[in-house]
Amino acid sequence: MEVEAQQRDVNNVMCQLVDPEGTTLGPPMYLPQDVGPQQLQQMVNKLLSNEDKLPYTFYISDQELVVPLESYLQKNKVSVEKVLSIVYQPQAIFRIRPVNRCSATIAGHSEAVLSVAFSPDGKQLASGSGDTTVRLWDLSTQTPMFTCKGHKNWVLSIAWSPDGKHLVSGSKAGEIQCWDPLTGQPSGNPLVGHKKWITGISWEPVHLSSPCRRFVSSSKDGDARIWDVTLRRCVICLSGHTLAVTCVKWGGDGVIYTGSQDCTIKVWETSQGKLIRELKGHGHWVNSLALSTEYVLRTGAFDHTGKQYSSAEEMKQVALERYKKMKGNAPERLVSGSDDFTMFLWEPSVSKHPKTRMTGHQQLVNHVYFSPDGQWVASASFDKSVKLWNGITGKFVAAFRGHVGPVYQISWSADSRLLLSGSKDSTLKIWDIRTKKLKQDLPGHADEVFAVDWSPDGEKVASGGKDKVLKLWMG
Amino acid sequence: MPQGDYIERHRKLHGYRHDHFERKRKKEAREVHKRSAMAQKALGIKGKLFAKKRYAEKALMKKTLAMHEESSSRRKVDDDVHEGAVPAYLLDRDTTTRAKVLSNTIKQKRKEKAGKWEVPLPKVRPVAEDEMFKVIRTGKRKTKQWKRMVTKATFVGPSFTRKPPKYERFIRPSGLRFNKAHVTHPELKCTFNLEIIGVKKNPNGSMYTSLGVLTKGTIIEVNVSELGLVTPAGKVVWGKYAQVTNNPENDGCVNGVLLV
Repeated sequence: MEVEAQQRDVNNVMCQLVDPEGTTLGPPMYLPQDVGPQQLQQMVNKLLSNEDKLPYTFYISDQELVVPLESYLQKNKVSVEKVLSIVYQPQAIFRIRPVNRCSATIAGHSEAVLSVAFSPDGKQLASGSGDTTVRLWDLSTQTPMFTCKGHKNWVLSIAWSPDGKHLVSGSKAGEIQCWDPLTGQPSGNPLVGHKKWITGISWEPVHLSSPCRRFVSSSKDGDARIWDVTLRRCVICLSGHTLAVTCVKWGGDGVIYTGSQDCTIKVWETSQGKLIRELKGHGHWVNSLALSTEYVLRTGAFDHTGKQYSSAEEMKQVALERYKKMKGNAPERLVSGSDDFTMFLWEPSVSKHPKTRMTGHQQLVNHVYFSPDGQWVASASFDKSVKLWNGITGKFVAAFRGHVGPVYQISWSADSRLLLSGSKDSTLKIWDIRTKKLKQDLPGHADEVFAVDWSPDGEKVASGGKDKVLKLWMG
Repeated sequence: MPQGDYIERHRKLHGYRHDHFERKRKKEAREVHKRSAMAQKALGIKGKLFAKKRYAEKALMKKTLAMHEESSSRRKVDDDVHEGAVPAYLLDRDTTTRAKVLSNTIKQKRKEKAGKWEVPLPKVRPVAEDEMFKVIRTGKRKTKQWKRMVTKATFVGPSFTRKPPKYERFIRPSGLRFNKAHVTHPELKCTFNLEIIGVKKNPNGSMYTSLGVLTKGTIIEVNVSELGLVTPAGKVVWGKYAQVTNNPENDGCVNGVLLV
């Protein structure tokens, strides 16, 4: 028997399985060269003692392994004498179908649609527009549900609370209004405090406080304010930036990150509003921030299974578990995109110096977004391209070219396999991460596309723009 | 109108009439009705002129009233909702409208076709031929006058070899030949000593361009590889145009400004 096996003359390779952060899994072992990704997947599942068979992708020196080891080794002429380290990355269990058709074009707004957001459970859709109204849309019948009037000027940003119970919108007049999404009525008077327009709103994660009470808003007047929805007033004012604050994010560790036009990013703690760190490095305005755990913070306790929770405590528990699983042992990572055509990858809890500088864009970077599993970062720039970077090291992976106008916003599908981008040239494009190519082109808008969002359950995509209609796309 | 001071004198001596102020007040009150009656009754050109004056007064009064009605306490932000809503990330940026971009590209294409380039010195003094060339008399009796010597600075290039002396019509003296130019970058305001690659255009004529004459206003191409400029595509720029800004034959050096 043994003689026969030897005579089969299959070479063996010494392999070591490594996870994306660098910790090894199991001892190095001899594997025959006809082993492919499926067998490696079985092995990883066994070594991790997973009950369900979770899908994994494998990378050898940043290149994905799709063929059996033998052909890979031959193509790349890797020596069999050294230990080959194979990095495995867990993939989402569910697979999102790519959207390819516009299922509905809903008119309703009388001015350009400026922002679009799905609720964390994916059941409701809200949009803010230049006609000073916020509209809630019914997804099952694809018609308008409520029109929320109350703002005095354009509605620039909207944000859902992670438990889905509140919707908050900020306008160009500097006022913030809180709405009840089930009735479409305002929850009270507008919250006044900012002197110039609101550039961004971010809620406190549900695993830090449930039910959701506090959110932070950033404004052109240079400060960020923390508001309490139940007290209906501003609790803390974070001032320190000298120019407009362009983006604000509430991190999972209970700190707030603000990026500003004065080229700095400030990290604040939330109980007193004190400045913890200042991250300097950019040469021009900071346009956009992205956190590695952002998607989990946004969706809170909801995930692709669509389970509803009754009590706030339960939600907090589930959200905390999801957050811990997502974060792992690594510190939270922050990516900032700027007008100086570059992006920085920071680990703010570790050091105030950037970890990596991501250069390559030829025009300003407008929007950066981490994938839901935190493995990739995508950046949209005015140079008509979308670039994909490794989410852990910050190394450049691929550039997606296809748009003919500046790319304004991007959005990931919930399984991190598809990336959606909306641009000034009125098209949306879906890019496949595995093949690094264009998957689907979604033309149809009559004018620039200002806002795109993919629902957390992966079923629908909503987009709005200058042509005043909201388009829903389905697979 | 009184032609003297007798009225004032009487007032100073005996004071005002007992009903003077009341009568004055009432007369002024009646003025309004009188004016109105006149406005309604006046005919012809007189009426028209009066109506015009009255209208001007009315408009002025309305303006002053509106000004007074404006509250002194300013509101925090503008109340009116403007058209053309843009999202927050586009608010501080002024984007050129599509129409402007298209018209700009068309204008640029037209200019390129016409051969008009934007240069720092658009007009230069024309140089006459007798100023540019000196007639050289040759021959045994020095009667032949077909040779010319260039009196201005020239650029010939490294691979230049003279034509046989018997047949060359234009003589470019080696003392007036220059290879390098002191070129200033207009924005950085620093000057570099760069090699001349060639003469692109001499505004005085195509003959001078082909001879390589460097006068004020000539467009030359200089070697900028040592500046380390890179195009957006990633290629290294090694030649750029510059315009000569001095009279090299007077100064002994070629000065220019880079055309960026």
